Amino acid sequence: MSTTLEQLAQTEPVDFGRRTVVVRAASMSFRLSFRALVVGVVLIAVTLLASLSALGFGSFQVSVPDVAKALLGQGPEVIQTLIVKWRLSRVVLAVLIGVALGLSGAIFQSLTRNPLGSPDVVGFSTGAYTGTLIAIVYLGTSQTLMVGGALLGGIATALGVYLLAYKRGVQGFRLIVVGIALTAMLASVNTYLLLNSELWQAKMAAVRGAGSINGLDWSEVRVVGLALVIVVPPTLLLSRQMNAMEMGDDAAAALGIRVEPVRLALVVLGVTLIAVTSAFAGPIAFVALAAPHIARALTRGTGALLVPSAIVGAALLVVCDIIAQQIFEPIILPVGLVTIVFGGAYLVWLLGRQTRKEYS
Amino acid sequence: MTLLDGPAVDTRATLEARRISFGYHDRPIGVDLDLVIPDQSFTVIVGPNACGKSTLLRALSRLLKPTSGEVVLDGQDISSYPSKEVARRLGLLPQTSLAPDGITVADLVARGRFPYQSALRQWSKADEKAVSAALSATGTTSLSTRLVDELSGGQRQRVWVAMVLAQETPLLLLDEPTTFLDIAHQIGLLELFTELNRQHGHTIVAVLHDLNHAARYASHIVAMREGEIVASGTPAEVLTEEIVERVFDLPCRVIEDPVSGTPLVLPDGRPTH
Repeated sequence: MSTTLEQLAQTEPVDFGRRTVVVRAASMSFRLSFRALVVGVVLIAVTLLASLSALGFGSFQVSVPDVAKALLGQGPEVIQTLIVKWRLSRVVLAVLIGVALGLSGAIFQSLTRNPLGSPDVVGFSTGAYTGTLIAIVYLGTSQTLMVGGALLGGIATALGVYLLAYKRGVQGFRLIVVGIALTAMLASVNTYLLLNSELWQAKMAAVRGAGSINGLDWSEVRVVGLALVIVVPPTLLLSRQMNAMEMGDDAAAALGIRVEPVRLALVVLGVTLIAVTSAFAGPIAFVALAAPHIARALTRGTGALLVPSAIVGAALLVVCDIIAQQIFEPIILPVGLVTIVFGGAYLVWLLGRQTRKEYS
Repeated sequence: MTLLDGPAVDTRATLEARRISFGYHDRPIGVDLDLVIPDQSFTVIVGPNACGKSTLLRALSRLLKPTSGEVVLDGQDISSYPSKEVARRLGLLPQTSLAPDGITVADLVARGRFPYQSALRQWSKADEKAVSAALSATGTTSLSTRLVDELSGGQRQRVWVAMVLAQETPLLLLDEPTTFLDIAHQIGLLELFTELNRQHGHTIVAVLHDLNHAARYASHIVAMREGEIVASGTPAEVLTEEIVERVFDLPCRVIEDPVSGTPLVLPDGRPTH
């Protein structure tokens, strides 16, 4: 325990137990885990490759090199039109929505300090769907109404969960419990709305409810892209605060973080992400839940892991969308069905593992 | 600086409460308290459960805003500083902190550098130096790559102390840092605090339950009861039979500790309440 002056005077480089990359230039400095960097690069490569293949698949198959050519503006014009005008928007949308889902999952799991605290578990997606249903059944089926309904529904649900869980600040566990309760209530509201609807409305609602990016094009890409441009930078800027808040509110406050305003900002950012995706694609289950877990397992990192979660989310959704399009070709499944199959299995495994951990 | 080497961070620190009242909602806990933490002291706050010790610590560290009065840190109202600036002057180890899943010791200690970092300045040389020094001062350098979850209670508490030390604050506020530890680890930590106090010039304010530990290690004791400060002064001034009985409703005898020569409190009879 005795520490001498000499021991203190020399700075040993801190051993983090893994390879770290430190970049220092001028007054800037960064520390990254080598593993996280490699994982990030590999996952981006996987996403790109999957995207290229996705562009080639369809009733008219195009090889990956030809897809690449078409993207660069070379090759036959028909193929360029097919790839760039028709298929590209779907793939880009899958990437953007995957990023949004991964990020919002990472935000809420970090905020609630709970691996189950993802936006689909705490009811935001169900609430957004309630909004869509209200629009379909009572207001009309224009895209604007359905999207607006989903946005309002998601935000109202989040507000409700936040207020009901608020008691001298919001604690993660209470947020989850209140969220699960609200999800159950909203699910019954959704059933009621469906029972009151016409058959064609119910069909439309079912397609929306499964979570699908079928039939979306560049106009949706623009809106989702714009939302990401607005939401992502502040989210990334708050990542260090998120890491500190995982140690408890008092510990974070002692480090100089104004916990409640930061938490409220993060809730707003996370809800915006999930509401925008739900508005266009319906509730795509489990990507928000699973992406941060997979990111953590792959990078073996701690903290919110925003960027890895976003990349994993994109990779997951692009791959799941390929499966959704190909598995029962020519029938195109909603991507939400594929994610729910994978995600459901994953959730069961996760719950099992958590229970074992707690009772062992 | 606080850990002896490098550019000198001024280790002089003044913290005082001027007629502060504080509490939660409409439940007042402390009313019109005056308190001065002597510079360079090892101040220990003692008192029965729920007497407001921890709440006082929260008020002193601006985690809880007093309903009236002011907490003065280095000559200025603590609420007038930017929150990161307070975190560079005053470190707090809360009673319970959560180690994120799968975090290593070095990563946890590095999080203590938050008040010095920004989006573009995430791991400066000064950060590395402070973390290295904090690990070394707490004897946890050899644990740096271990998972915090896997450590023993005593080791874990040292790591949390290191996290607060990495903040390089002249003032350290510690809320029941020895609770739940066995006697050897308690003494080990108290020795560490003494060393930080005497050799590194930290002013330490700790909430402790064991009066005899307080007697042995504190230079200044504050005794609280029901939100009021009953007595404050040196261990010999505060730990008398009258004051201990008044604070804890516990008849006792006070003799001289044969090992350290400080007061030794021996309960003598049942609590009277």
